[in-house]
Amino acid sequence: MGSTIQITNLRKQFGAFTALHDLDLQIAEGEVVCVIGPSGSGKSTLIRCINLLEPFDPQSKILVGGVPVEAGRNLEKVRADVGMVFQSFNLFPHLTVLRNVMLAPMRVRHLTPVQAEARSRELLARVGIEGQAEKYPGKLSGGQQQRVAIARALAMDPKVMLFDEPTSALDPEMVGEVLDVMKSLAGTGVTMVVVTHEMGFARQVADRVVFMDGGRIVETGTPTQIFDHPQEERTRNFLGAVLNH
Amino acid sequence: MDIFDTFFNVPVLIRTFPLLMSGLWITVQIGVVSIIAGLVLGMVLALVRLYAAPWLQVIAKLYINLLRSIPLLVLLIIIYYALPFVGIRLSPFMSAVSALSLVSGAYTAEIFRAGIEAIPKGQFEASSALGLGYRHMMVDVILPQAIRIVIPPLTNNCINVIKDTALASVVAMPDLLKQATQAQALSANPSPLIGAAIIYVAFLWPLVAAVSRLERRYAKADH
Repeated sequence: MGSTIQITNLRKQFGAFTALHDLDLQIAEGEVVCVIGPSGSGKSTLIRCINLLEPFDPQSKILVGGVPVEAGRNLEKVRADVGMVFQSFNLFPHLTVLRNVMLAPMRVRHLTPVQAEARSRELLARVGIEGQAEKYPGKLSGGQQQRVAIARALAMDPKVMLFDEPTSALDPEMVGEVLDVMKSLAGTGVTMVVVTHEMGFARQVADRVVFMDGGRIVETGTPTQIFDHPQEERTRNFLGAVLNH
Repeated sequence: MDIFDTFFNVPVLIRTFPLLMSGLWITVQIGVVSIIAGLVLGMVLALVRLYAAPWLQVIAKLYINLLRSIPLLVLLIIIYYALPFVGIRLSPFMSAVSALSLVSGAYTAEIFRAGIEAIPKGQFEASSALGLGYRHMMVDVILPQAIRIVIPPLTNNCINVIKDTALASVVAMPDLLKQATQAQALSANPSPLIGAAIIYVAFLWPLVAAVSRLERRYAKADH
């Protein structure tokens, strides 16, 4: 079976500091992978390398759908196929919610405004925001904004969805609504890579959990393996710290 | 002779009013053309300064610093009186517009650059992550937000350009100031100069007020 994402030897340096030490990771089509680990372990850097928001060592190799992720002509195409949801939403504040979702399909996929609007409204309905389509992002709650951001990424019909701590900037009462949208998305067969501190979500939704620490993948396995029978000392310490309170 | 006859001599003002108006028209023409040319030049310079190849960035930076350092009057006199020695002969109008827009472009470039740099990194990342190319990212996402930020400083710059058009009078351009000094000489009375001053103020006051209003509005929106 071919992997949708193939990461080989991924190394990332910030000056003298090595953020990622020669990681290898394959992610299969339709797989939902949650990446957990302490702050500064390199989780976000890892997924930001997948669409080259972070440049990485030239010796490293990342393939998405068989296409190498590298600077140049192909990069925009790869990025169009890789949706990303950020911790800080990053909606376009000068455009309405609807226009936020419509923009990239029109500019990159060359949909007509009519097609783009129909598709965008459908996606906004799917994330439960259809009533706010004409508002500006600033008028929405954090949870609503993040759901719009998910719709915006989905509008490109991506092969892969990357989530970079999508609920970390949210008020606690809004975390659930975003996780619900992500859960229903996981059921549709989209390949998802989720960096998260929501252990409940990881346990419930992930096909595979990757535990990272110090720029390395320490352990990877099914949620049961990682949460109930962690093999590594560092995994046990981390889970002990985050789950026991 | 009382102060009204000297500075606010109504018959003189009435007689010279058409002259002042023709001068105002020239001033407006110089101002508008220079502002537009300066905006275009400034936008190009700002983008070069931020995103072009490193050697081009250096050239843009040198240009910006040079043109911000040179006194406008000196530049104008060089263009009008010195360039003919190397065969470049510009009309008074073209000389004035060139000097004003070359300098305005340098200031505008710094304003645009500050505006673009004020846009959070997340906006660039979100655009890139969606697969938008550089042109669409700038045109659809970054510049519309940057331009909103830079409207007050840009308007300020426009005010300065319009004020500086008065320097065109030294290259024999019949602008508002030149017409006023001529009218003063003809009528042996300084009222046309006062009239010109009043016209400048009446013309620019609304712009100055608009800038303050915009700045207050944006300051409020930030909180």
